[in-house]
Amino acid sequence: MPTEVDRDRLQSLIDEGVQLVEVLPAGEFEDEHLPGAINMPLRKIEAEARDSLDRSRPVVVYCWDYA
Amino acid sequence: MYDYVAGKQDWVSAGLPTEGQLPSRPRAGDVARKDVPTCRVNEALDEVAERVRAAGWDASVVVNEERVVFGLLRAAELAAGRGRSVEEAMRPGPSTFRPNVPIEEMAGFMGEHQLHSAPVTTSDGRLVGLLLREEAERAAHELHHAATEGDER
Repeated sequence: MPTEVDRDRLQSLIDEGVQLVEVLPAGEFEDEHLPGAINMPLRKIEAEARDSLDRSRPVVVYCWDYA
Repeated sequence: MYDYVAGKQDWVSAGLPTEGQLPSRPRAGDVARKDVPTCRVNEALDEVAERVRAAGWDASVVVNEERVVFGLLRAAELAAGRGRSVEEAMRPGPSTFRPNVPIEEMAGFMGEHQLHSAPVTTSDGRLVGLLLREEAERAAHELHHAATEGDER
């Protein structure tokens, strides 16, 4: 299970070089995303994560809100 | 693996920087005046009014030590009389707006509701700045003008 983080903790993780993954559809990502984030829409995440993410660095995923 | 459960909405509502196509359009947080004078509820109104006037303003946002907005003092409230405290004179719990609201939307809303100014706060209520209607309208006009010029090219 992923560990839930709030905004302050996220900012610390970003400073530490975390990989930031937005799971929203590509159009929403192109409109606006967090600095340095990459896009892996939820439907493709399992297939893409293996190839695109660095296993040695932590990952933070996010979508639009709590839903 | 971590989950930022509050998501992108929480980030943009806090006025933090983003990347992509939308951030190039000005928003409430970009245009809001960060230099608006602030005061505390327990201050004397006449002292605050003097300080606000000296800074060239006719409004002050009432905040606590964490900059959470408690109220607003506009020109009418600042002139509310001697011997009163900020708490007695302020307009409590003013409507606040998030920094990510597009400026054209803010300008339209403020015009429609005859709002002279509007506090812009993060999602947890901390003051970002005070948005003045004339500055929101000017920014929206410039945006519209730039878009029209772009269409004509």
